[in-house]
Amino acid sequence: MKFERYGKGIAKGLTVTIRHLLRHPVTSQYPEQRLNVSRRIRGNELIWDKTRCTGCATCARTCPQGCIEIITSVSTEENKYIVDKFEVDTGYCISCGLCVEACPYEALFMGYAFERAKYRRGELVQTNEMLLASPERQPSGYMHPEIAAQLPKQTLLLEKITEEE
Amino acid sequence: MAIVNLGLNIPNRLQTLPPDWPGGFWWHWLIFTVIIIAFVLLLVMGYIYIERRGMGRMQARIGPNRAGPFGLLQPIADAIKILLKEDIIPTKADKIVHWLAPVIAFTPALMIFAVVPFQDGALLADLNIGILYVVAVSSVSTVGIFMAGWGSNNKYSLLGAMRQIAAVVSYEIPVVLAIASVVLIAGSLSLNQIVLAQDIPFILLQPLGFLLFFIAGCAEINRSPFDLMEADSELVAGFHTEYSGMKFAMFYLAEYAEALVISAIITTLFLSGWRGPLLPPWLWFVLKVIAVFFVMVWTRTTLPRVRIDQLMALAWKFLLPLALINLFITGIEILTLPATSPWVMIPVNFAIMAVLILLWSKFFKLGWGRVEV
Repeated sequence: MKFERYGKGIAKGLTVTIRHLLRHPVTSQYPEQRLNVSRRIRGNELIWDKTRCTGCATCARTCPQGCIEIITSVSTEENKYIVDKFEVDTGYCISCGLCVEACPYEALFMGYAFERAKYRRGELVQTNEMLLASPERQPSGYMHPEIAAQLPKQTLLLEKITEEE
Repeated sequence: MAIVNLGLNIPNRLQTLPPDWPGGFWWHWLIFTVIIIAFVLLLVMGYIYIERRGMGRMQARIGPNRAGPFGLLQPIADAIKILLKEDIIPTKADKIVHWLAPVIAFTPALMIFAVVPFQDGALLADLNIGILYVVAVSSVSTVGIFMAGWGSNNKYSLLGAMRQIAAVVSYEIPVVLAIASVVLIAGSLSLNQIVLAQDIPFILLQPLGFLLFFIAGCAEINRSPFDLMEADSELVAGFHTEYSGMKFAMFYLAEYAEALVISAIITTLFLSGWRGPLLPPWLWFVLKVIAVFFVMVWTRTTLPRVRIDQLMALAWKFLLPLALINLFITGIEILTLPATSPWVMIPVNFAIMAVLILLWSKFFKLGWGRVEV
């Protein structure tokens, strides 16, 4: 005679839930409390380094969505391409990071920020100076371990629970 | 006003009113009606808060915490939101039935509190058949559910209502049998007398009865894990698919008011009602009611929803035979060992419960043992 269905499982489940009741919840109150995101996050936008860019348009060709548009002109006295227009329609961007991986001169970075919702579709199209790095627009460490090393460590919910316990 | 005419026993507190006051015991009726309505509405809001916060914490969430301090005003905010919503009646609905259904589903919950004592003798009507009245009136809300399913003119509503009625009607039997064993010990059907008889809470003398009543009670009011007719994470809504606005709020209210009723009845029958040391009796009553509801929330968070065949099998193959055996054993104990000290009977009854549950864990099968339970 084996007894196994007399409610052992129910009792076990009840102890699990009551232990959760006494534990610190994992929820973070988002606008007030923020967690550090992954250091290699592929954020909502691209960061462009204008000085390193040679206008080779590798990024535009590798983009699966075709949302990067780059127009260059030739400067004869400096003997190089001048980027007249570098436009990214972030509304079409799928944050795959292929452009960052493809760039031979490390002139493109994924953004570290993730709160880039806009009210108008037109605002999603970013051109030239709008794509440069700034205090609000930090590059993330994606494909760039040297940047990742300087960013704060990601907060894990697991650590949050254990430290409060 | 059938309740009032039956309320022959005016409690001592109110006899201090001058007997020649105009109105006579209508004052008693008025005061207690107001108390009961306020009690039900307030505690329902408290229940919603406890359920959402408690369930949240058990799932490692916080639960609503924005409206007011600690989210205390969340039920009020929900109520206001739901009252401002459009009240839609389907074109081909049976309008009168559709309109009456939420009222009929909700009123029994209020009516039951007429016989629940908040203190010694502090109840609207001390019926000598109190618990029978409870069983009878609580069945009426099923009619409201069926009316809602029928009046909506929607086959899914009707299906939901039929499934709910099937469950409620089959779980009525173990509920009544569990009550009967308590009544055997107490020797009275009046809830006030039952509380007065509980020098030791009947949960100790009737552990199996309590377990059966708790399970069957949860199933009768369609709380999780038996809420498969209106499983909010799976189905639209069951019988109240076509309801919105105020009428939906009424069904929502009825759901929690029924939970309140079941926890009040459990408190009165098994947890010695208002009796307790130090604190005032009504506070003991409220605290016990909330404690019982907490256990309901606890089981709701823990247990997964059962299938319809498991639901019916649990009622007919597990609860019903155990309730009958429990009634039989209680009867024998009362006939043969009337003078035995309750402190001897407590371990005996717990041993009987353990043996019966172990036995039934071997007997209880679905689909002739082909289906895993």
